[in-house]
Amino acid sequence: MTITEKILAAHAGKAAVEPGEFIVARPDMVMGNDLSTAGAIGVLRKMGAAKVFDPEKIAIVFDHIVPARDIQAADLLKGVRQWVREQGIRHFFDEGRHGIAHIILPEQGLALPGNLIIGGDSHSCTYGAVGAFSTGVGHTDLAGVLALGEIWLKVPASIKSTYHGTLGPWIMGKDLILATIGKIGIDGALYQAMEFRGPALATLGMSERLTMCNMAIEAGGKSGIVAPDEVTLSYVRERATRPWTVYQSDPDARYVAEYDFEITGMRPQVAKPFSPDNVVPVDEVAGTPLDQVFIGSCTNAKLEDLRIAARILRGKKAHAGTRLIVIPASTWIWNQALKEGLLEIFAEAGAAVSTPTCGACFGGHTGVLGAGEVCLSTSNRNFVGRMGHPTAQSYLANPAVAAASAIKGCIAAPEEVL
Amino acid sequence: MIRGRVWKFGDDVNTDVIMPGKYLAMHDPAEIAPYIMEGIDPDFGKKAKPGDIIVAGKNFGCGSSRETAPGGLKAFGIGAIIAPTFARIFLRNAVNIGLPVLECPAAAADIREGDVVAVEMATGRITDETTGRTYQASPFPPFLQELIAAGGLIPYVRRRLGVA
Repeated sequence: MTITEKILAAHAGKAAVEPGEFIVARPDMVMGNDLSTAGAIGVLRKMGAAKVFDPEKIAIVFDHIVPARDIQAADLLKGVRQWVREQGIRHFFDEGRHGIAHIILPEQGLALPGNLIIGGDSHSCTYGAVGAFSTGVGHTDLAGVLALGEIWLKVPASIKSTYHGTLGPWIMGKDLILATIGKIGIDGALYQAMEFRGPALATLGMSERLTMCNMAIEAGGKSGIVAPDEVTLSYVRERATRPWTVYQSDPDARYVAEYDFEITGMRPQVAKPFSPDNVVPVDEVAGTPLDQVFIGSCTNAKLEDLRIAARILRGKKAHAGTRLIVIPASTWIWNQALKEGLLEIFAEAGAAVSTPTCGACFGGHTGVLGAGEVCLSTSNRNFVGRMGHPTAQSYLANPAVAAASAIKGCIAAPEEVL
Repeated sequence: MIRGRVWKFGDDVNTDVIMPGKYLAMHDPAEIAPYIMEGIDPDFGKKAKPGDIIVAGKNFGCGSSRETAPGGLKAFGIGAIIAPTFARIFLRNAVNIGLPVLECPAAAADIREGDVVAVEMATGRITDETTGRTYQASPFPPFLQELIAAGGLIPYVRRRLGVA
């Protein structure tokens, strides 16, 4: 069996499962964000569920519209806070502890190897980076699992992507996953689990693995996963809130497709408007003028991402015609970035630095694009209207390309500004 | 029997265009219904009528898990959506809230905008009344059929919880 099949079997109380099989599984952790929890609360009332299945196995994280962007948001957040108190949910990340759920759960040791995690957000596939099975659902499914403590799942077939070679300078997990999505397409992993492995992947830290699993959904994947190794375990040991289990794919595990990627010599990758699978090397779009650069989102606003952006921006200024917005992914990251002097580097470069939120990524607030504006973003989607006006355009890239592009005022490779 | 006029869309219609992010904090379906498909056609909510049917290309509903996308389509009164494939979160959401969806590559390829189409959810039979052609949608697995027959996830959970 694959690691995915083993985790699903264990949580369905079965010795083995087959791709295509329907199972009912009991999750170790259920995540709701501000928006999906608000939706789920309404559904829970209709379901007649007065109490959640287990408050200890639930994490509620405010990320999309926090601090409240308007009165409607304020009332929504108020309703969720009250419900969280009534339900006695302890893993609650309100303002001051908040951040983007997909970064908070691994950071706080709530997403662990071998776990089954259900999240009320499409990027819940991120937690696969710690060797968990994790997938996103809508708010009615979220309500169902909050009420029953179980969820029906179809066991996905697995796709194996193996990464060979050595990462060049400024090449990050973002480049590997963009290259993968560019190759297999926006529905190349539809209904399937994406397993990432190989000698190049083994050299990547947790930050890069989180970015790769985060964007499995951009290939239509149900989940992304990296089997635990020493990198995973040393990350988890410092944080774990409970015991965990390490699973590995068997040597004879079956895959529906296998892809090999040679990383040596790879250039930074950029997804052009209007799809994350519209991927080219940065050189093909270099020189494209930019109105805005956004360094943020669950994909690329971790401490390591900010450190790389700061290395490029140190002592430099964002171009006069280009707005630079930096939004660290969590409160812990924000505080670390403050202590390390990263926020000062961004501020001196002329960036607008916000407290953690999804913000501009989904066109919600804090960096919404106007008609015809062009943005380069470290986020995950560049569909029509994603970040604002339907005629605005977004390019997706890693934080090093974003920092270099902010300095040049147009899309640029990192080495152009050094 | 669901019967309506067809609106056609291409491949990979994502939830950002079905229901843009600015409407994400609205959870009242009636409030968001006028804005469906705004990212592709800002006038769609004015042109389409309740009962109309959407026929689209592969991977319909990809991207964000926002339930305002299928929720808005249902609240508007879209009769059914026919596509070769649906993105998995969208498919789950649609089944959970009782928005009729059918996977049928042949129908999705043939049926033209403006055709009048009849759909029988129980059998998966699709009839293009304009051309006279009929199609058979891929049957959902028994587990999903039960959920659809129960009326979606809310009645299913109520039964499981023993709520009358």
